[in-house]
Amino acid sequence: MPQLRIVVLVKQVPDTANVTGEAMKEDGTVNRAALPAVFNPEDLNALEEALKLRDRHGARVTVVTMGPPAAVQVLRESLYRGADEVILLTDKAFAGADTLATSYALSLAVQKLGGADLVLCGRQAIDGDTAQVGPQTAEKLGYPQITCVSRIDELVAPAAGGEAGSGAHASAGSVTATRSIEGGFETLASPLPCLLTVTGEANDPRPASVKLVMTYKGIAAEAMPEYDDSYLNPESDDAQVCMFSRDGKPVCRAKVVQWDQEALSADHEALGLRGSPTRVKEIESVVLAQSEARMVAPDEAGITELVHELIEEHILG
Amino acid sequence: MNSATANDVWVVVEQHDGVAAEVSLELLGRARELADQLHVQVGAVLVGAGDALKDAATALVGRGADTVFFVAHGDLEHYLAQPYAEVVTSLVREHEPQIVLYGATTTGRDLAPRVASALRTGLTADCTDLRIGDHSLKGEDYKDLLYQIRPAFGGNIIATIISPLHRPQMATVREGVMVMPEEDPRRDGRILVVPVTRAHERIAVRDGVVLSDSDFMVKLIKRVQEEKRVDLKGARIVVSGGVGVGSREGFALVEELARTVGGVVGASRAAVDAGWIAHDHQVGQTGTTVRPKLYIACGISGSVQHRAGMDQSARILAINDDPLAPIFSVAHYGVVGDLHKVIPLLIQAYKTKGAGGEAAPATVPAAPAQSAVADGGAS
Repeated sequence: MPQLRIVVLVKQVPDTANVTGEAMKEDGTVNRAALPAVFNPEDLNALEEALKLRDRHGARVTVVTMGPPAAVQVLRESLYRGADEVILLTDKAFAGADTLATSYALSLAVQKLGGADLVLCGRQAIDGDTAQVGPQTAEKLGYPQITCVSRIDELVAPAAGGEAGSGAHASAGSVTATRSIEGGFETLASPLPCLLTVTGEANDPRPASVKLVMTYKGIAAEAMPEYDDSYLNPESDDAQVCMFSRDGKPVCRAKVVQWDQEALSADHEALGLRGSPTRVKEIESVVLAQSEARMVAPDEAGITELVHELIEEHILG
Repeated sequence: MNSATANDVWVVVEQHDGVAAEVSLELLGRARELADQLHVQVGAVLVGAGDALKDAATALVGRGADTVFFVAHGDLEHYLAQPYAEVVTSLVREHEPQIVLYGATTTGRDLAPRVASALRTGLTADCTDLRIGDHSLKGEDYKDLLYQIRPAFGGNIIATIISPLHRPQMATVREGVMVMPEEDPRRDGRILVVPVTRAHERIAVRDGVVLSDSDFMVKLIKRVQEEKRVDLKGARIVVSGGVGVGSREGFALVEELARTVGGVVGASRAAVDAGWIAHDHQVGQTGTTVRPKLYIACGISGSVQHRAGMDQSARILAINDDPLAPIFSVAHYGVVGDLHKVIPLLIQAYKTKGAGGEAAPATVPAAPAQSAVADGGAS
């Protein structure tokens, strides 16, 4: 039986709860260096779904991120939680990408990995809240999509064809998932491969494992233009077995594989700011207006007078 | 390319059971304004199945569409990303509109990016305003671009996005931010029936759209629409609770106030995330945008995201124990105090309004007496 391949797309995002005016560059793009960077919350939910599926079905979980070299941190955090393989897409040519150019680079990475049975990512990232990269990556890969998934109901792993005459057929496998819609939900089924975007409702992500933190703390990215995953095979000469899984199988030490534009054989014109149809024309900081509220005393007289005024003006009543 | 409809402003209409979604009608109103400014026409793309769909098409003309692209087929009864994206993509390729707008609903946000990727064009999510304007870039002047205005960065900034070199310019637009146009049954417009060819393989046809088996890989197993939908958008009065409410039980007080004044219960994201109330009640950037006659914010600090969803209310009453809470900056009336004391006072004042009838004096005589009793009991 072929091993299930799950690719999780993640993003390092600025913590948008703490944004100041200094965090914007003159061209209107975000100066990430000025903000604390975090693992995009719903991408952690996507990773958790992948790890849960691996626990149940067995799978290789590969995490891919595109970003500056410092984005390696979200890959380390993915390793701390149990990802098998991590890929960093970094190149000056990727900078300034909007969702179209981002999904182009991500889709090339999935293709370079040989495709996937399941691609998972968070519904949206807290810096842009666009929810566009998932569907756009699905379209570029030619995969169906199920977005806003709050629950994966069932996964049927792909199966190889049985021996001749056994009557068994090869099957691509399938996934059934429930997505939240306005005022309700819907359940959809798709053959594999398929791309799912996951919401925060789906799960509570597991914490980092202390053992894995010790193993991967400070791990650096290494360029590997020709994709060769033999280091993940315990039988291979390159393998570095670092621990044993719960069922006693040797687990290899992962690397942080780094790919640039050339490794992806990407069309330069479709990458980064060049490959982005949208431009930020103007940025306006949201400024609080001076308060003009009429203050009402929090006592019976104040409240009663207010209620009567609202009734007289036909606002209430 | 069809020159008669080229450069138009389009709305991709969302429909459920043959009824157009409100956000799509709101968008037609703004599309009409944009098209008039650009001296072009308004197109509406209506995809679905069933008898009711024809009536929906007629109504779209009444709301401002000049051409309704009417795409009906039994396999298109329910929204599915791939076949709907295929329909919109091929219509755009054929007719070349300059602007295509979608509602920023779960459906619109599922569909629009798939179309944008197929067309390799720009898309701006969750716009709160759209305008026409010019832009200069590297010595080139671009006239009559679509300014796509949206909050970003967790609502801390408002960004104007443009797509100077790519067509169509596409955007999803938040529900409730555009004003719905009145329906004019006498408006003229045409309903263009687009032939749908359903084939196993992708084939070429002379007219219309082709859907192949590969567009229908995903199957809808079931759709559950909860009967009792919270009608925040249509509410005249919204009473919302936030972190200051303190607990699920505390929300009962907010609900009681809403019941008393005939309002609908709203909530901040923090209250929803805390599990005190269902997401349907959420007001704000990731919830519903409301503009009631009266908005009562109880224990809501007033993040940018929340204010974006309620600051157009006709009157805003904010109750918070923190005098520096940002909610007071958008409020018309502010009460600094403990909501657990203030809400019962509001309920009591409202309930006693009937005692004096229409001509109730500014202070109700019975009230101080009751208060004295209460004070006496407490001391």
